[in-house]
This record gives sequence, structure tokens and C-alpha cells, in this order.
Amino acid sequence: MQFFFEVLIAGLLSGVMYALVALGFVLIFKASGVFNFAQGAMVFFAALTAVGLKEEFNLSLWVAIPLTMVVMIVLGFAIERIVLRPLVNQHDITLFMATIGLTFFLEGLVQLIWGSTVRKLDLGIPDVPIEVVMSKTGMLVSQFDVIAAGICAVMVALLAILFNKTKIGRALRAVADDHQAALSVGIPLQHVWGIVWAVAGIVALVAGLLWGSRNGVQFALTFVALKALPVLIIGGFTSVPGAIVGGLIIGASEKLAEVFIGPYVGGGIEGWFPYVLALLFLLVRPEGLFGEKIIRRI
Amino acid sequence: MIYREAGQFKTTYLNDSQIFPIAQDRYAVAALLIVAFIAIPLFASQYFFSAILIPFLIFSLAALGLNILTGYAGQISLGTAAFMAVGAFASYNFMLRVPGMPILVAFILGGICAAMVGILFGLPSLRIRGFYLAASTLATQFFVVWCLTKVPWFTNYSSSGVITAQQINILGIPFDTPGEKYVLVLIIVSVMALLAKNMVRSNVGRSWMAVRDMDVAAEVIGFRIVRTKLIAFAVSSFYCGIAGALFAFCYLGTVEPEAYNLDLSFRILFMVIIGGLGSILGSFLGAGFIVLLPTVLSVIVHYTGLPNSVTSNLELMVFGALIIFFLIVEPHGLARLWQIAKEKLRLWPFPH
Repeated sequence: MQFFFEVLIAGLLSGVMYALVALGFVLIFKASGVFNFAQGAMVFFAALTAVGLKEEFNLSLWVAIPLTMVVMIVLGFAIERIVLRPLVNQHDITLFMATIGLTFFLEGLVQLIWGSTVRKLDLGIPDVPIEVVMSKTGMLVSQFDVIAAGICAVMVALLAILFNKTKIGRALRAVADDHQAALSVGIPLQHVWGIVWAVAGIVALVAGLLWGSRNGVQFALTFVALKALPVLIIGGFTSVPGAIVGGLIIGASEKLAEVFIGPYVGGGIEGWFPYVLALLFLLVRPEGLFGEKIIRRI
Repeated sequence: MIYREAGQFKTTYLNDSQIFPIAQDRYAVAALLIVAFIAIPLFASQYFFSAILIPFLIFSLAALGLNILTGYAGQISLGTAAFMAVGAFASYNFMLRVPGMPILVAFILGGICAAMVGILFGLPSLRIRGFYLAASTLATQFFVVWCLTKVPWFTNYSSSGVITAQQINILGIPFDTPGEKYVLVLIIVSVMALLAKNMVRSNVGRSWMAVRDMDVAAEVIGFRIVRTKLIAFAVSSFYCGIAGALFAFCYLGTVEPEAYNLDLSFRILFMVIIGGLGSILGSFLGAGFIVLLPTVLSVIVHYTGLPNSVTSNLELMVFGALIIFFLIVEPHGLARLWQIAKEKLRLWPFPH
């Protein structure tokens, strides 16, 4: 039983990290209806840029991170200007495809600049079990995971404030609700999209730093984005809380399935289990748990 | 001036429903087929066959399959490679376990197996739409590849998971060299492309398009949604399955689960979108583009004399940038560009 809880908690905490990647997807999908496949590449791009700046120019991490933030903001606006603006009003799948092209471009660009070796990233948070919890209950809970979850919670809170309390947030929500109506009351659509991509870039940076310090900053980071897809499906593409809940469900069930079902079927089910789970969720709720109900008219 | 339909009168219904109603088109296609069937096998080099022509044709077939599903029936799928894998492994196992199985029958049976898997994984499409469906088809991709890796029966208990495909032998004629394999692939692809072209002009194809354009409306005017969508999944998977079998038997020479990874699914999706959704010709153009582009790029970049790590990344960048560029220039794909060119040509040289 104790082992069960240990696995469950580890799963939930890693789910928080999935949620962080999914958050970037949700932001962009909500505001512009673009299914941004490049989120994984952005995570990789941000993490590698931060580490690259730190190592190549001997900067402290706390200088490198704000610099990378600036880079991600510039990148966000550049993507809006160069890729999205000419494709306004195109079919969804065309935009989706463009973000796939963007994925290749970003992956190539960042590795061209910083090289493709695996780099270590040390955030100064040790990945050790918390002693208090261990002595009280005997469970191993990683300190790193807990702090990561905390950072994620702060991110979500900040985004909630940004969305609900600021002028930009109001504009973002208006655009998400109805592009044309937002345009007609004078909200600069393209500006808003630039901001959304920049914010998604910063979320990607946070996700990249956390994932990178756990697994090393390497190309495999881009695959984390694929894990974010079932999270999105379960939570719904348009819901920030949905991304969090979806992340928790996926994280927990994936670890539990791997540990308790995996051995009976030969292991390695982590790779597909989240997708099948997400599929089952979809059969019951076709728009995810928190997604907007799609009303279809003729 | 030459390309003009003036004076070509249709006097029978049969004439009116030809695939290529304009005579010049028919001559062009006939010429193309003659070149493909006779001139190329006589003059092309081994490298040209095995590195460009065979993968081009096989990918065209797979793209055709996906185009039926995504372009005609409107269901986005990221699991194409999984259906290809089913086709390849099923054909391999039929060849292995049924003595005296003719290879073409094995291919077809492989395609049918893929079609059944397609129907199974197509069931969610009855309730799920759009990108939700795309993301959930990833389940197919990962599950099928995992299954093929983990169940040793499929790979005939081979320890490495990589197995050599059987020799191709039809009615006692062996197909060993790249040139012979090319002819085999070409025949299969031509026949299936012809079938696909006719299918999308028929009742079935029209019901697919109705469902694609608006499934609720299609249902209201009496199309059976369940049947239409599942037929689309079955036909599409059948094509992909055959393409997968050809990919293993005629291109790779081995049957291995890792060849059918997510990357392959994405590549085929690129071909369909770059080539043009809902166009048979587009599948071929897209496949040609995606097969040739990396080859051409690597040749060009090779001549710049930069170190290898730089060139591979440059290739990625140019590849990505070109995809974006093409989408911006013509979001409806290369097939539309071709169509526009044809329209221009009909009026040339007096556009007014």
C-alpha cells in the first residue's frame, strides 16, 4: 500500500510537469485556434538556449534565464509576424502543418547555434527524497518534484492573474472567444497573438528548465511534447485547469499502469497507455473533461 | 495553344465520364506511363531505383491512403505508419506460415488485416472530431508498434526484432534487383491509383466528401455516417497496409517495428498536406517533394563543405522553412499549383 502511494505521488508530481508543457499548448490554442505542434521544440529551444548562454558565456544561471526569456519573447513575436500572419484565415490543418514546419526549423536552428551534445543543467535543487516525509511515513518523495510542482502552481496562478485581472488578459479572453467580435471592438488581434506566443515561450522555458535539469538538456526533450497531447485530450484543448487535471491523471495513471500492469504484459506500456486512456476519456466526453462543448449547427 | 479542349465533343455518356476528359491529358498520362514502364527501367541506374524511385512510389501509395482518409473523408490521422506496419507484418507472417502462399495474395491479405485494424481504431472517429481525433490516433501508432515489439510471435521469435523479408517470386519469376522491384511496385501503385481515382469519383467518394464538408449535414440528407467513416478508414488502411508491405519487401528488405515509427506517420502527413488534400495527383506530388527534397538538400549542402553536424541541422532548418514557405504561397498544396498552371495554359497565349 505504501508502495502504491509512493508510485501515485511520484506519478502525480511528474504529471505536473506534463501539465506545464500542456499549458503552452492550451494558451495558444485558446487564443488563436492554432494547434501548436512546435511547443515541444520551443521547450527544447528555450532550455538549450538558457544552458548554452550559461555555459558558453560563463553567465550565472540567473542572468541566462532572463536573457532566454527575452529571446523567447522575440521568438514569439517573430513567429506571429513571419509564420502566422500570412496564414490568417487558413484551414486549421494548414496552420497545424505550419507549426510542424516550425518544429523542424527551431530544432535545426537551436542545434546549429549550441550544438547537439547533451548538456547538464543544475538548478540547485537536489533530486533527493524529503527527509521529513521519509521519517514520518517512510515514503520516498523527491524534493525536486515537489519544488517543480510548486513552481508550476506559481506559473498557473500568475497566468490566472494575467488572464483575469489585466487589460491584456481581457483582450486575450476576448480574442479567444470570438476573433471577429474582438477585432470589431478594436483589439489588435495580431498584437495579442504575438503576446500569446511570447507567453507560451516563457512557459516553455520554465518547462524546459525543469525537464532539462531532470533528464539533461537534449533532443529527447521534444518528445515530452507528445506526452502533453493525451494530457490535452483529457483536459480539453481550451482549458487551463483542464491541462493541470489532465496532467495529474496522466502522470498518476501512467506510473501506476507501468508498475502494476506493466510486468504482466512485458513492460514498456508507458509509451501508449496515456493515449489509450485519453481515447477512453474521449469516448465519454468528446471535448475532454473541461473543453468547451462544441455545438454543431448546419 | 496546344493544350485546349476546343473541338472535343462528348457524344456519349461514356465519353463524358472519362477520368481525363481532355485528349491532351490522356496523351500526357499515356506518355508518362510509357516512360515509367519502359524508358526508366531501361536507362535508370541502380542508385536511382533504390534511393529515389522505389521510395517515391511506395510513399505515394501511403500518401494516397492517408489522402483518402484525411483529404476526402476529413478524418485527420497520425497513425499511418501503424497501418503500414500491420500490412508489412501480416504479409510477412502469411508468407512465413502458409506454405506456397503467392506473394501478391499475401500483400492483399496484409492490406485486409490493416483494414481491419483501421476499422477498429476508426471507431472513435464516430464520436471524436478534428484535432482530438488526430491526437487520439497517436494511440494507434504507439500501441501497434509496441504490440509488434512485445509479442514475439509477430517477429517469429527473432531475438533482434529485425527480420529479413522473404524473396519476392511471382509465378516463378524472381524480383531481386532494384529495377525488377521497381517494376513490381510501379504496377501495384498504378493499379491502386487508378482504383482510388475511380473510387473518389463514385458514390463512395462522394459520400466521403459530403461527410468531410459537414458530417451533420451529410447525415441529415441521408448518408450513413458510421458506414461512410468506417469505409474510409478501411480503404485508407488497406492502401497504407499494402504500402507498408511494399516498404518492407521492396525497399528495406527487412521487416522491423522501428521502421514504422511516428516520424514516418508525420512524413506521410506532410506529403498529403504539401501535395494537396483531396487530390490523387497531390499524393504523388507531395511524395515526390518530400522524398526528393532531403536528397537535393543534402547534395547542395554537401558542396558547401561545411562540417557534418552543421549540414544536418541546416537541412532541418531549410526543410522546415520550405514547408512554411509552401504553405504560405499555396495553402492548398502543389496539386492546386498544378491546376492553376493548367488553367493558365488553356488560355495561353490569348488570356482575354
